[in-house]
Amino acid sequence: MKRLFPLLVVLCIAMFAYAPFLIVNAPYESTMGLVQKIFYFHVPAALTMFLSAFVASIAAAVFLFGRKPGADRIAVSAAELTVLFGLVVLITGPLWARKAWGVWWQWDARLTSTLVMWLVFQSYLLLRRYGGPGSDKLSAAVAVFGGALVPFVYWSVNMWRTVHPTTSVVPTLDASMRGPFYFCLLAFFLLYALLLAARTMLEAHRARLEALYLGLED
Amino acid sequence: MRTLLILLLLSGPGLLAQTSQPQAQEGFVPVDQLPDQEQLPATPLVAAAYGVAWGVVFTYIWFLWRRLGRVERDLAEVARRMKSGAGQ
Repeated sequence: MKRLFPLLVVLCIAMFAYAPFLIVNAPYESTMGLVQKIFYFHVPAALTMFLSAFVASIAAAVFLFGRKPGADRIAVSAAELTVLFGLVVLITGPLWARKAWGVWWQWDARLTSTLVMWLVFQSYLLLRRYGGPGSDKLSAAVAVFGGALVPFVYWSVNMWRTVHPTTSVVPTLDASMRGPFYFCLLAFFLLYALLLAARTMLEAHRARLEALYLGLED
Repeated sequence: MRTLLILLLLSGPGLLAQTSQPQAQEGFVPVDQLPDQEQLPATPLVAAAYGVAWGVVFTYIWFLWRRLGRVERDLAEVARRMKSGAGQ
């Protein structure tokens, strides 16, 4: 894994360097024009956020019921990355909406549920940091519920009337838009895997440091 | 009842025509008189979106790098203290 990590970092940088060429060469969408190009980063960031929330909730459940410290390290790392990619989604979305809908924000089902899910993972991190002893188990329960929100956020556009495009957009993409989109999605998933590995390593180092300090005190 | 049916039959095609046909244009509007959101150029918004995405990710990587460096320094320091303690 240690030998593979630098190679994957190089691959990830190369993919993100090449992505703008694909995005520029992708055709303009008929009704939205240039502003639709935000789609190539906005949607992969949103899908990465969903993936991360899912990973965080599964790892938190494993920690909660199986008491595995390794799972807790993955949960806290994935929760932090959910907040990171969620921030990208919540900033790029309004920039697109301003041109496409004429407003920065709309309190509709998709936007509001995404914000709520993001706030749940923010509260996980705050609880974890300032909750005191035992907060790791409390916050794990918060992460499980945060992950349970993922299907609601994803299908909210199909269940309620909303201005946001539905989930049918990606599967029905034209071939000329499909290539750049899936390339960007792959680049985002690779970036996520690398960040998750690095962030989990930081948690492992912290745990080892804590154990060493306790050993020094004894 | 019969009167109602006759009225419905007479007004039905009219209603259908109203919903299926686009409204006739009553006048031309110069492009510089469009509402703000329709005049808004897309380039700054697209540039801001990509700039923010990159900015957020790079800032996170920088912070992560710093935190990793600090913990690794602390680990090396504790290991050194433990080694010197064992040597005495």
